Amino acid sequence: MIQYILRRLLWLFPILLMVNLLTFILFFVVNSPDDMARAQLGNKYVTDAALTAWKAARGYDLPLLWNTNAVGWDVLTQTIFWQKSVQLMVFDFGVSDAGRAIGADLAQRAWPSLWLALPSFMIGLCVNIALALLLVMFRGQWLDKLGLVLTIVIMSISGLFFIIGGQYVLAKLWHWFPISGYEPDGDVWRFLLLPIILGVIAGVGSGVRWYRSILLEEADKDFARTARAKGLSLWQVMHRHVLPNGLLPILTGVVAVLPLLFMGSLIMESFFGIPGLGSYTIDAINSQDFAIVRAMVYLGAVLYVFGLIITDITYAWADPRVRFGDK
Amino acid sequence: MSWLVALVCLLSLSAQAAWNNPYPRGWVHENTLFSAFSAPPKTLDPVKAYNSNEMVFLGNIVEPPLQYHYLKRPYQLEPLILTEMPTSSYDAATNTTSYRLHLRDDIAYAPHVAFGANKRFVTASDLAYAITRMADRTNGSPILDMMLPLIVGMSDCVKQFDALAKTNTWRDYRNRQPSGVEIIDEHTLMIRIHGVYPPFVYWLAMPFFAPIPWEVDQYYAQPGMREKNQSWSWLPIGTGAYYLSENNPNRRMVLQRNPNFHADFYPSEASPDLPNNVLDDAGKRLPMVDRVVYALEKEAVPYWAKFLQGYYDASGVSSEVFDQAIQLDAQGKLSLTPVMQEKGMQLLSSVATSLSYLGFNMLDPLIGQENPNAKYLRQAISIAIDYEEDIAIFLNGRGLVAQGPIPPGISGASEDCNPITHQLNGTQCVRRSLLEAKTLMAKAGYPDGLDPKTGKALVLYYDTVSTGADDKAQLDWMRKQFAKLGIQLVIRATDYNRFQEKMRAGNAQIFTWGWNADYPDAENFLFLLVGSNAKVETGGENASNYHNKQFDALYAQIARLPDTAERRALIAKAVSIVREDAPWVFGLFPQNVSLFHGWVHNVYPNLMANNTLKYRRIDVEKREQAQALWNQPVLWPFGFIGVSIIGLLLMLWLPPYRKRNEL
Repeated sequence: MIQYILRRLLWLFPILLMVNLLTFILFFVVNSPDDMARAQLGNKYVTDAALTAWKAARGYDLPLLWNTNAVGWDVLTQTIFWQKSVQLMVFDFGVSDAGRAIGADLAQRAWPSLWLALPSFMIGLCVNIALALLLVMFRGQWLDKLGLVLTIVIMSISGLFFIIGGQYVLAKLWHWFPISGYEPDGDVWRFLLLPIILGVIAGVGSGVRWYRSILLEEADKDFARTARAKGLSLWQVMHRHVLPNGLLPILTGVVAVLPLLFMGSLIMESFFGIPGLGSYTIDAINSQDFAIVRAMVYLGAVLYVFGLIITDITYAWADPRVRFGDK
Repeated sequence: MSWLVALVCLLSLSAQAAWNNPYPRGWVHENTLFSAFSAPPKTLDPVKAYNSNEMVFLGNIVEPPLQYHYLKRPYQLEPLILTEMPTSSYDAATNTTSYRLHLRDDIAYAPHVAFGANKRFVTASDLAYAITRMADRTNGSPILDMMLPLIVGMSDCVKQFDALAKTNTWRDYRNRQPSGVEIIDEHTLMIRIHGVYPPFVYWLAMPFFAPIPWEVDQYYAQPGMREKNQSWSWLPIGTGAYYLSENNPNRRMVLQRNPNFHADFYPSEASPDLPNNVLDDAGKRLPMVDRVVYALEKEAVPYWAKFLQGYYDASGVSSEVFDQAIQLDAQGKLSLTPVMQEKGMQLLSSVATSLSYLGFNMLDPLIGQENPNAKYLRQAISIAIDYEEDIAIFLNGRGLVAQGPIPPGISGASEDCNPITHQLNGTQCVRRSLLEAKTLMAKAGYPDGLDPKTGKALVLYYDTVSTGADDKAQLDWMRKQFAKLGIQLVIRATDYNRFQEKMRAGNAQIFTWGWNADYPDAENFLFLLVGSNAKVETGGENASNYHNKQFDALYAQIARLPDTAERRALIAKAVSIVREDAPWVFGLFPQNVSLFHGWVHNVYPNLMANNTLKYRRIDVEKREQAQALWNQPVLWPFGFIGVSIIGLLLMLWLPPYRKRNEL
């Protein structure tokens, strides 16, 4: 097991280096430093001298991958790839094209993202599993059928509708919550309640259907029938046997997603004015601040790969039958 | 059900203010103005900031030597941190003009850690420091290349800094100013410029020329400061009515009254066309609001909803909510809908000092100046594109059809109709008929829009950055305008960078472009058509690459003259040349429309001034009453939801509903 974990961790480096290289090619070949400079300098009075100065001030005047004017290691290190992309490997995010320290911004913005995403995810998970369990208990009955129809209806509606509709009804008409905003002090829950509720509702459709299918599969297995035949109540069978067995695939999906919660929700944060990493990314794309976009793409890749490793480990931990590399 | 009860309890506990109050408790009861911003500023460094979303903040934090009088029209400059308007004198021997700036002795910066406990007063060397800082290209001033040929010695000064090695240490700009910037004494500065250029004083009303204290510059250059976002870009310091007490462009910007703000009073003179109550606060000490809060609000829907709840004091009017807020009368005049009137709103509208135009690339062999008949083609297109319709459909009537390149409100703006595209009918300019346009098409060599070379419809190309689904309707409309003349318009939509490339290389044929005035002078619009500014040749702002020697000569005269009747006559002559040559379809001047609640006072349109916050006054009591009235929580849904849940549980419990699948 330890060997497996070590092997997976070692694989991290080439994967992240490749991600870095691909991101670099995407950003610097498709979008040249000149393009970046023009996007930042605006429309008025932009001269070649101003462009050159902008690039020089940010290190975009260096060669892309190989500095023929340098000697020794500098041929590699005095390049845009090294300065802007390889530095990301050690989590040195540098400064944005607008001049703000990206690391400081990330540290500040990760918390609002987490405050929104984690409760939404955890509450959503509990609600979805509970409802799925209820539907399985009433399989084929009116409640199950009604539930299936409702979940399909919810799935068919765009998440944006829930946000705008929720803001309109709960915040604008009924005045229960602030429509948008964020206060990091003790008041934070007032601003998070509405997006969390709407996030949970928007996710109920797909979540409940997914967990219902998992639990149904378990409920149809012989062990559940045997347990029922031995006299256990339906609730006991579901609670003690079906649910724990069904948790394995659920856990796999959940753990993989957990690290990505840091990345925030693009739409939710924009609509509710929550200063998280999701809205940070959107802002950076809109203002063509590619230093931030690069950092966010890299961070996303790191978290994703990390999430997959944790999933594998959790899988082995949750199911003793699973052993990696054992013959 | 329990979660509902818990929710109600939690909300009740916080019910000191309304449940939906989006601010820290207490703020809404204080003398605070609430507003919003949709895009974070890129920088607030006085030497760099140029965009309007940056000026909103910076204009109230730093003070350049001059400002625009808040209530006088046409726009008029007045001293801000000077004792009087700069005096100028021309020296024919050196062909230079000197401006003498005399500073007030009571102008102090807002408190800053770099000053310690001392009150730091502005000196002439701070003004010189700002200009010298501008000359260093590493600071990225957007106007440096404008000032380079203007200020005596600026080029040498730039070279001096270009020669320095790139380091992260502080560059001390003291005593390194251009030779044309002379510190006469502690409170007097002399700036010499090449030749005669009266609009130079307008630049002195921009934050680029605001004084910079060297101590703060040195403080921000210390190691580690940048990593903590401690820099001019994010924590500017100045002598304005406010200082930035909270700068979180990710969430909120807060301006707080500057305790060191100098004596400044509400004006006691106003233009007669402004409302009667405009001088109600005449002579009162400024600023009148203690704190200004700008919240980040990216989406129009929540912004508007919060404005209606009274949590924002002002709002723009997006197209989504236009019908809800504004109505147009038969004459096309904007007024508030009854619902808005009932809420006591105020409507503020003014024609922007901006121009949106359709440009022809004059280097293009088909439509440009190379082809002598192309003038008629351009004139025909100018008639066919119905901007009156464009404004009605896509701008909800918020715009004015341009009869020339200079927006109204600026001295020299055309008050007559453009005789090429319009004719006077009573007091109104009416667009010429399509028949006249078709006659011009025939004169250009394209009868009925047919290209004699191919025998098919003439094909023209329109380059645009409008690539979204929302732009489709407008692009279809544009195709239709050309189709009226039998021309097939091919849309070449591309991203911004590629579009800029095409423009620089002169590969675009027809394009849309715009200009926002730097200062209220006709010269700032006419220079967009001067041959020496052609984009392809010089990288300048003449995007159409238009050349006309007669126009250029007139421009040279206009740029040297102060605002006199003689100058206005020259402007009219220059405009008539451009109308005839038609390098642009003049397009439209957009109209800004904003709403204010009844408790906000002293709001008058001044599109040139950036420091208008100090004049605002808030009736806090009236706002509190309105907020309390408009934000009562509706409680019946709690009961309804509770009863529904109980009902559902009972149904599950009662036979025959409790029958379950038995596995």
